[in-house]
Amino acid sequence: MTRPRLRRRLAGGAACLAVTLTASACVGSSQGGASDNPSAKVTITFWHGWSAPNEVKAIQDNIDAFEKAHPNITVKAVGNITDDKINQALRAGGPSAPDVVSSFTTDNVGEFCTSHAFVDLGPFLTKDGINPTATFPAAQLSYTQYQGDQCALPLLSDAYGLYYNKDMFQAAGIASPPKTLSEFDADAVKLTKATSSGYSQLGFMPDYHGYESTITHFAAQWSPQYFTSDGTSNVAADAGLKAAYEWQKNLVGQLGGYAKLEKFRSTFGDEFSDNNPFMIGKVAMAIDGEWRAGMIDDSSSKVSYGVAPFPVPDALASQYGKGYITGTIVGIARTSQKQNAAWEFVKYLTTDTNAVVSFANAIHNVPSTTAALASKDVSQDPNFQTFITIASNPNSNTTPSSPNGGAYQLTLQDLGYAYESGKQADLQSGLAKAATQIDTDIAQAK
Amino acid sequence: MTTESVHRTAVRVRGRSGAPRPPVSPGLRRRRRRELVRNLAFLSPWLLGTGLFFLYPLITTGWLSFTHYDGFTTPTWDGLDNWVFVLRSYPFFWPALRNTLWFVLVVVTLRVLAGLALGMLVIRVKRGSHLLRTLFYAPYLAPPVAGTLAFVFLLNPGTGPVNSLLGRLGLPQPGWFNDPAWSKPALTLLALWGVGDLMVIFMAALLDVPRELYEAAELDGAGAINRFRHVTLPHLRPILGFAVITGIIATMQYYTEPLVAGQVASGQIGGSGQQVEPGYPAGSTLTLPQLVYNLGFQRFDIGAACVVALVLFALSMLFAAFLMRRRSGFLTGED
Repeated sequence: MTRPRLRRRLAGGAACLAVTLTASACVGSSQGGASDNPSAKVTITFWHGWSAPNEVKAIQDNIDAFEKAHPNITVKAVGNITDDKINQALRAGGPSAPDVVSSFTTDNVGEFCTSHAFVDLGPFLTKDGINPTATFPAAQLSYTQYQGDQCALPLLSDAYGLYYNKDMFQAAGIASPPKTLSEFDADAVKLTKATSSGYSQLGFMPDYHGYESTITHFAAQWSPQYFTSDGTSNVAADAGLKAAYEWQKNLVGQLGGYAKLEKFRSTFGDEFSDNNPFMIGKVAMAIDGEWRAGMIDDSSSKVSYGVAPFPVPDALASQYGKGYITGTIVGIARTSQKQNAAWEFVKYLTTDTNAVVSFANAIHNVPSTTAALASKDVSQDPNFQTFITIASNPNSNTTPSSPNGGAYQLTLQDLGYAYESGKQADLQSGLAKAATQIDTDIAQAK
Repeated sequence: MTTESVHRTAVRVRGRSGAPRPPVSPGLRRRRRRELVRNLAFLSPWLLGTGLFFLYPLITTGWLSFTHYDGFTTPTWDGLDNWVFVLRSYPFFWPALRNTLWFVLVVVTLRVLAGLALGMLVIRVKRGSHLLRTLFYAPYLAPPVAGTLAFVFLLNPGTGPVNSLLGRLGLPQPGWFNDPAWSKPALTLLALWGVGDLMVIFMAALLDVPRELYEAAELDGAGAINRFRHVTLPHLRPILGFAVITGIIATMQYYTEPLVAGQVASGQIGGSGQQVEPGYPAGSTLTLPQLVYNLGFQRFDIGAACVVALVLFALSMLFAAFLMRRRSGFLTGED
């Protein structure tokens, strides 16, 4: 072999070796079979989205408690992280990338699971003898996995219920919050005071742009099946989902019609400000999460409010108490080189009853484990307990994860806008079109 | 030396006219090579910049548009699937393309006309022209998000001061950012509000037109319209070309204002488990750059996002080529 050729081959070999080593260094295990020593002294990086001082303090308290129990693991917390930053870090990896990541949205779980950006936590759960179905409520378990890959775990939840203005109820002669949708419709009409150009008081804002009045939040009262077992869209065949659309459209008509309601809606202040229409008495009832109670209590709002589970269809009256569930998720980055240590932290945050309860109490969120929901240490505030009951209800449900950022929810929302405004007259044909679109989008994502 | 090599050498030493050239000496060849290296060294910053920041991303975007790539796993060849999906099955593409073209035609035209009109106004005003210049230019300095938020507040159909004034005057009160028929005109108003950049450019160009030409035209009996048409416009041609082409490119990238206006007016800012509707209301403010973000970063479909990006690039090139095709694109009538 001549010298130049030998040199070229050596250089080629070295380059291949370098690429292989670099690639293996960048990409950690995605199957949860991590080999790092959990007893070694390590520092792990935890990215989260909390930014309010009370939230940051609450998560730091949890971290401090964890570090006390695990002196070999130091947690470096980075707050106020958005989903865009999370996605970028999970793509890039590297020494500054997070080991443990939490996100406020459940929509990306499908992608994190299918791409293995988050490691499958199944082997970790098995290794530590944690039975997920016994530990977490069904809805929370549903939005943290995709087709059997449990790549995330719930870190506190949000439960949706009915907020009602007690003074307005009393003035209208309504003794208690409605339990069925026919009672709800009647109350909404009774609580509405129309004027020639709008409303001086609206019973309920049913329009799909009315903040949390989304089709998926309403449809939870019918417990729809968005997908069949083989992962194809079931929206055209699900009678409950169709009934939800029809109920909303009917209520829009009863309260004055789409145009009038939309005009009134455009006068609403920001959803997450003190000008929220429920907080300033523009609407008498609203569907919202448990955080609203905390917001009202912390604001200057004088509204005298009560909370209750959102009413259910008359035919499902026995299931009164259920609601829509979502929440924050937490997972371990595939690129993490300290997955065993990261798992210890994730396990503590998501399954330690004391940690879950104290964190839930501190930031007014619903606990996300069955044991924590039943704990006597959870805030006993009657309003908060209503949401605990909703989250504990076995019929409560959620929107399942999908591999394209929850695009199917947007398709269903678009159908809602078209149907409530009258642009789409034939609901069944709209649902069939939506089903086709959802299947096309999922096929594209795969 | 073979016959063929003799022939090649003969061809090499002949010029274009066919006359034989003296053979190139090795010293001359070395000098030429040195010159070439030196020239390339001088060009290297541009070559590097163009290669790194234009050619490489463009080629990569082209390649990725034919792959299935979610940003996490290795791209895999997907043929024309992304193109077929975007052009045939993605429901937001055609509405977004129509909206983008609407903005290009209406916003660019009106901004150029308004910039020119304001430029002419401020150079003619004798007193207070400095104040006027500042007043017209200042909005251009406002951050796009702040400007958009202010407009959404001012044009709020229920509580905004504009509609309450219109109501007092007995005029119709549009839904502005909440009405699909009025959302694009509302964004156009916002774009016109920030026309100060074009005003300054036109003002400079107008001050550059020799006064003698106006005086000569006036002596020849030319009225104001003819003076504008035959003196001002020919001198403004390069600036007009510049304003239109840069306006088209900027409008093709129209992202922040429609996104912020749509999200704020809809009241949905994407809370937990809440999907944000793109292009509120009813897709009327959806533009192609929003689709690139939606597909690439919300749906994890980088391949399809690259398709939309390439469509944007091709459209920009088409517009630019169309405007530059005529030699007069950036030249004055005298050039």
